Amino acid sequence: MLLLSLLLSLTATGDAATDLYVTGASRPPELVAGASPPVASLAPSRYTPQEDGHTGIALGRSVEEPSSTNTEHGESSNHHGGGYNIVQWEWSYVQTPYIIASWLLVASVAKIHEKVEGGLMEFLLFGALISAVDPVAVLAVFEEVHVNETLFIIVFGESLLNDAVTVVLYKVYISFVAVGPGNVHTADYFKGIVSFLIVSIGGTLVGLIFAVILAFITRFTKKVRIIEPLFVFLLVYLAYLTAELFSLSAILSMTFCGIGCNKYVEANISQKSRTTVKYTMKTLASIAETIIFIFLGISAVDKSKWAWDTGLIVSTLIFILLFRAIGVVGQTWFLNWFRLVPLDKIDQVVMSYGGLRGAVAFALVVLLDKEHVKAKDYFVATTIIVVFFTVMFQGLTIKPLVKWLKVPRSTNRKPTINEEIHERAFDHILTAVEDIAGLNGYHHWRDKWEQFDKNYLSKLLLRKSVYHKSELWEAYQKINIRDAISVIDQGGNVLTSARLSLPSMASRTSFPEVTNVTNYLRENGSGVCLDLQVIDTVPGAKIEEELETHHVLAGNLYKPRRRYQSHYSRHFMTVGDKERQDREVFQRNMRNRLESFKSTHYKRHKKDRSQKKRKGSDAKEQDNSDKPRRNVSWQDKDPVVVPMGPEEDKHDPSEPDRDEDVGITFVARRAPETPKERPKSVPAALDVCQSPIAAPPSPTCGEKNLPWKSSVDSLPPCVSMEATKIIPVDLQQAWNQSISSLESLASPPAPPEPQHPRVSALARLGGPMRNPAKAKSGSGSGSNSTASSSGQFQFPVRKEEEEEGAISQQQQEIQPLMASLRPPPPAAQAAGKRRNPCVYLRSLVTVPPSGVEPHSWKPTQL
Amino acid sequence: MRCFDVTRRSVPASLMKLYKSVILNKQIHQPPMLIEHKHTHAVNILQLFTISTAHIIRLHDRFKELDTERRGYLCPQDFGAIKGLAINPIGDRIIGAFFSPGRETVDFYTFVKILAHFRPADNIRPKESSSPEPINSRTNKLKFVFQMYDLDKDGKISRIDLLKALRGMLEMQVTEEQLDSIVDRTIQEADLDGDDAISFEEFRKSLEKVNIDHKMSIRFLR
Repeated sequence: MLLLSLLLSLTATGDAATDLYVTGASRPPELVAGASPPVASLAPSRYTPQEDGHTGIALGRSVEEPSSTNTEHGESSNHHGGGYNIVQWEWSYVQTPYIIASWLLVASVAKIHEKVEGGLMEFLLFGALISAVDPVAVLAVFEEVHVNETLFIIVFGESLLNDAVTVVLYKVYISFVAVGPGNVHTADYFKGIVSFLIVSIGGTLVGLIFAVILAFITRFTKKVRIIEPLFVFLLVYLAYLTAELFSLSAILSMTFCGIGCNKYVEANISQKSRTTVKYTMKTLASIAETIIFIFLGISAVDKSKWAWDTGLIVSTLIFILLFRAIGVVGQTWFLNWFRLVPLDKIDQVVMSYGGLRGAVAFALVVLLDKEHVKAKDYFVATTIIVVFFTVMFQGLTIKPLVKWLKVPRSTNRKPTINEEIHERAFDHILTAVEDIAGLNGYHHWRDKWEQFDKNYLSKLLLRKSVYHKSELWEAYQKINIRDAISVIDQGGNVLTSARLSLPSMASRTSFPEVTNVTNYLRENGSGVCLDLQVIDTVPGAKIEEELETHHVLAGNLYKPRRRYQSHYSRHFMTVGDKERQDREVFQRNMRNRLESFKSTHYKRHKKDRSQKKRKGSDAKEQDNSDKPRRNVSWQDKDPVVVPMGPEEDKHDPSEPDRDEDVGITFVARRAPETPKERPKSVPAALDVCQSPIAAPPSPTCGEKNLPWKSSVDSLPPCVSMEATKIIPVDLQQAWNQSISSLESLASPPAPPEPQHPRVSALARLGGPMRNPAKAKSGSGSGSNSTASSSGQFQFPVRKEEEEEGAISQQQQEIQPLMASLRPPPPAAQAAGKRRNPCVYLRSLVTVPPSGVEPHSWKPTQL
Repeated sequence: MRCFDVTRRSVPASLMKLYKSVILNKQIHQPPMLIEHKHTHAVNILQLFTISTAHIIRLHDRFKELDTERRGYLCPQDFGAIKGLAINPIGDRIIGAFFSPGRETVDFYTFVKILAHFRPADNIRPKESSSPEPINSRTNKLKFVFQMYDLDKDGKISRIDLLKALRGMLEMQVTEEQLDSIVDRTIQEADLDGDDAISFEEFRKSLEKVNIDHKMSIRFLR
């Protein structure tokens, strides 16, 4: 850190010195010597033009004089020296650009004098804030570049610490500036250094203390995982605040809190909390970063916020690059004394080039107080340019540079178990060898630290269960899980097609028995594993088919109507001949559909519903065929349920016409009342009770209670049970009305007449029927007191609601169609809503277009 | 340390002096061996002792320090007295590596030779195809580790070898079954020819992607 500060002050003085030399004519010439050579050589000639006041051209001329003498000298030396000189003095080659460059430099440096007001302290301050490498920028760029780990750690670590150092230096200088450079005594500089040490070390200590607290707290959060991220955020923030409270380095404190507690907290908190923390932090970071850059952009275009000064900007850009390079080279040279793998030239280049300035510098410069720092506007402009230059230019070019220099990239490879083991062995070996050789080297101390950590820290800060886990074992498990995931990823198809259970797979492939994936899963999430298996293993030829039909239905439900709708709306805009055709076709279709609807809709409605329900119920059955078996009651009923499906199927195709009517009879209501009769009555009185066949001969309370059963055995339940709750009684009548209105509209030949009475009869039945149904459900839930029933009951209800929702949605969509189709019947408005079931029916059937009524639904039926 | 490095290339004279002093002090009790090596020993010294003179002197001091009874060689007991080694889970094996089979003693020459395994590879070394592979080469380092695993010296790391090694390295929290499964997995992963053991070739393959030079080097022996 000292080194860093040294570098910083170097930068600062570099900037300051060049400035000083131009600024203060009163300053002693010794200071001038510190400036860059070309400028320094011109020092004497500078005085006159400056005092005269015309800087620009006059200065330019004055520059040329000494340089021309230089030229002569250079040429003569070249002439005399000829081949004897070891070092060639090739002045003539670079003469012109050299002169121009130095002229530019001097001219622009001179310009500083014109505008920028600042003394040593101001420029030291500026140097402190501008030389900080920004962690966010570095992180963003280097993560993209993928340089090797060492390099990344060095640059990123530097930027992290730099942050703190910068802030500290900034504070020190700002207090100096506030006091005024004249009032700063030598003692104050030492005080500044001391306070720097205190601030940084103190901040670090505060961070470490909070790290211990945080780790210790997370040790006990096993039962309340939800607050783990909160602890992490709060305690780190507290570390920040506490450091700030004592005016220590808050950033250092936070950084070290994170570093210190990382190992323990990460082991203590759950995986989910870890993810939460990680992503929340990343989100916050990117938000903050974005805000700062927005701010930066805004102030870049806001002219009132800054003042341009070419000289300051150019020299700043040059010097930050120059001094960064010098600093890096110097420090790596020092560091290489102690490194096993020295940092080579390429590393140094990347490190120098990777010095991206960013948000921190900008934030600091904006925070400057204009009262004390007169040149704030210039500093702001310079900072913005520097940030833009480093982030945009260097950030964009660093990747090609890294590629060109062939910097070793990082590999994302995960270690194999062999590597895990052997690398641990290496560590042990090296420690032992160091012991034998009597060297207290890196490994020795690391071993010491690990011993300490294991014996005291981990014992104190780690959860017991975590503490007792072996690292190698953890690594092994991780590798295993990774393998398992990849196996599943690759063989996903195999798994589902073969319907193999996971365990057998896993044990067959290469995983040792004791700890294969399945066992792991079984330990940690048994339920999931088993359930998956169950769902997979229940053979699903039928389910699949049904699913398919479901998809067909779902796919066709919306599209056609939407298309119509779009046609429709388009027609509003442009009315043409084609449109009439379309409309006619459309109307014809609608009529056809209405007719077909009249003949079949009830049944279809029921069929579709029942089918849907069956789908649901099948899925349920799988669950239940497994779960309840362990449980209790329905075990014996299961066989009964299964036959139902086929039976029903048999019936339906055989007597489709009848079904239509029967379907609506809702005889299901009676079914529960006279369960025994049903089987007998089925063949004979089909119209009365067709569906009841489906009902098992002896429906127990439990069975009645099962939602899918009720739905399956009674095709009717379309309006029964839950449905009746939703659709009011008068809706039945409205239904009738709407149907009659439809009939009148379409003037159907035969089917409606037979149907109509029945429907009305149904409607009449509907009233009374509801009661038994309710009674049934009530008695069912009452008598069957198993808690599980309630749980299963909910699902169908939800389904019903969904359907209802779908209906209403469709109704809305279809309303314009209906309206356009026919002159609104008197009851249209009233019936509109109620008719929706019919609409729903129709739309369900739309799959095959209108014409083929009985056949159309057959495939779906199966 | 650095100042010695400057003279590193011109060591032989001082080395000879040291060597002589060692011999003259009768601290090394196998003069025959040394004499045997006499003509090749310049090469050997260069090979082994590219370690700087300072380090050799330091190692010699250490050697004397370990050799409490001033016999001029070390016994396993001497190693056992080292504190850090006693708590090192595979300390025994490392001690064992210092003793070639059938020997009970280590002289200074062997001592340095073994330690020279852990010298970081220097990239300055010119590529001479004729010169034997330096002792700190990747292969030699790996061989050293391999021999550490291979307890029964049959040239293969068998299941039992690995099991023993891991038992040493793992804490007691790991159950036998877990250990078994780790070992199984490890061998399965590295074993290419299906003989249920890891040969050196397989061992090297399994560590192909690890930077051995970094992981098996000690800076102090530069």
